[in-house]
Amino acid sequence: MRDAHGIEADGLVREFKKGPRAVDGIDLRVAPGEIYGFLGPNGAGKSTTVHMLTTLLPPTAGRARVAGHDVVTEGPSVRAAIGAALQEAALDPLLTAREHLRLQTAMHGISGEERARRTRALLERVGLADAADRKVGGYSGGMKRRLDLALALVHRPRILFLDEPTTGLDPQSRSALWGEVGRLAQEEGVTVFLTTQYLEEADVLADRVGIIDHGRIVAEGSPAALKAEIGRPSVEAVPADPADRDAIARTLARFGEPEAGSPKGVAVRLRAGAGSLAEIVRALDAANLRVEHLQLHAPSLDDVFLAKTGRSLEGAGENADVRATLEPATA
Amino acid sequence: MSPLLSQVAVLAGRSVVRTFRQPANVVFAFFFPLVLLAVNVGGLDAAVRIPGFPSDSFLDFALAFTFMQGALFATTNAGTDLARDIQTGFLNRLALTPLRGSALLVGQLAGIVVLGLAQSLLYLTVGLAAGARVEAGPVGVLVLLLLAVLTVIGFGAIGAFLALRTGSGEAVQGLFPLLFVLLFLSSMNLPRNLIEIDWFRTVATINPVSYLIEGLRSLIVTGWDGQALALAFGIGAALAAAALTAASLALKGRLART
Repeated sequence: MRDAHGIEADGLVREFKKGPRAVDGIDLRVAPGEIYGFLGPNGAGKSTTVHMLTTLLPPTAGRARVAGHDVVTEGPSVRAAIGAALQEAALDPLLTAREHLRLQTAMHGISGEERARRTRALLERVGLADAADRKVGGYSGGMKRRLDLALALVHRPRILFLDEPTTGLDPQSRSALWGEVGRLAQEEGVTVFLTTQYLEEADVLADRVGIIDHGRIVAEGSPAALKAEIGRPSVEAVPADPADRDAIARTLARFGEPEAGSPKGVAVRLRAGAGSLAEIVRALDAANLRVEHLQLHAPSLDDVFLAKTGRSLEGAGENADVRATLEPATA
Repeated sequence: MSPLLSQVAVLAGRSVVRTFRQPANVVFAFFFPLVLLAVNVGGLDAAVRIPGFPSDSFLDFALAFTFMQGALFATTNAGTDLARDIQTGFLNRLALTPLRGSALLVGQLAGIVVLGLAQSLLYLTVGLAAGARVEAGPVGVLVLLLLAVLTVIGFGAIGAFLALRTGSGEAVQGLFPLLFVLLFLSSMNLPRNLIEIDWFRTVATINPVSYLIEGLRSLIVTGWDGQALALAFGIGAALAAAALTAASLALKGRLART
């Protein structure tokens, strides 16, 4: 099932009427079989990028190839190779899961017997076999997302686009969906392009992450590499007795350079990385210094976002332009 | 079955299924025209005594109106459903499949044709059971159903056009009162030559709905009236062709996939 091409984009731009560029010159390379996390706040341009890569929206400028096909001139070939679960779990509340799958398989030209077999297999796979004949209007958010995923897999796509697949889901449903996406990539070699505004999701799932802000990719790499770029971890200790604060600061200073911590705490950026935590504990114990709280803070993708954009990802979308609803300038 | 036919069949089936799963829609589309028929027949029965009235049964005269009203309900429901597909992103889901644009339009319209036919059969059955007669006989019944279907296609395409153009269920719902006014400003309750108010007669004369109703009515009341049928089928076909063309163009714009 593994595709030989993956996803490539060069200088991809999408401009909307009455607004700035939603996507402002994106370059992308997603290798076959890779899970690529596209991380950014609301309004950053994630969904617009997905719409262009899935042929639903023509780019204003630039070019992109998906599964080896140009998204502008070879739309039908691109669509035949991809599956997509877009941001809205676009389901008909009046139809059952089985009816949705029957419709989707028929649209893809899958014939009678294979249609029934594929429907059964996918219902089993996403854990909806027992609810297959219930109307989707009564499904939970997690069930809808699982059905959405099943519908995207009907024609055995080589590349899967998931646009914020876990937004609004409870942790259990989120984790189940992560498991399924991971299996698709690992066991079936499906290339996954996943947009998300959840740091944890990108961290757990993605082989590589692209961080997008205001329509531009501001950082790209594996989660570990991106975090390593930001710097070394820090440790913060909050003394059990405030009188020990200076003594604790002197002890911690042996392991790194002081940095700003919480008002009650003492923090240092570790010279030798997270491995020195055990030594710190031993040093504090040897000096008979008791701490109320000791915390290792490893750089997160939020720190990466902060470093690259000057803002925290949490809430960064609050002031973002809602561009997806604007009319195309070139239409 | 060819891929196109398969897509049309599945989309038409969905259109029918989702309508029957919305009881409010079914009740209004199937029964409201019959209720209005009963009210009209009860209240306007004396009209048959007006000199020159073409029938001695107001039921026979008014029965044609139910087909028009049924077409109107089927249309609005179908248009609203299509608009909902756009709003929820379901159309995008379909656009990512090898869906042919024509299949979407034909499938949607095939669905409302099935519904319109079912409604027409119900109105006809109730009308005949209540004592109405179709002067044109059994073949006339078939022609009547054919004209009803043509009307449903024309009105359905208008609903589809509005849905595709605006993507808004509210806009489609807004069409309903407008078309309803067109029905009332037609010759639905009196033959045009008996309408005494000049402006009303003028409006009814230029209102294409009058000719659709008169074509349907002629089969019930008169028998075979070539002129009335030619006008009804001609106007119905022109309406359907214009609305289908507009809807196809709107679909092209809406399915802006590459």
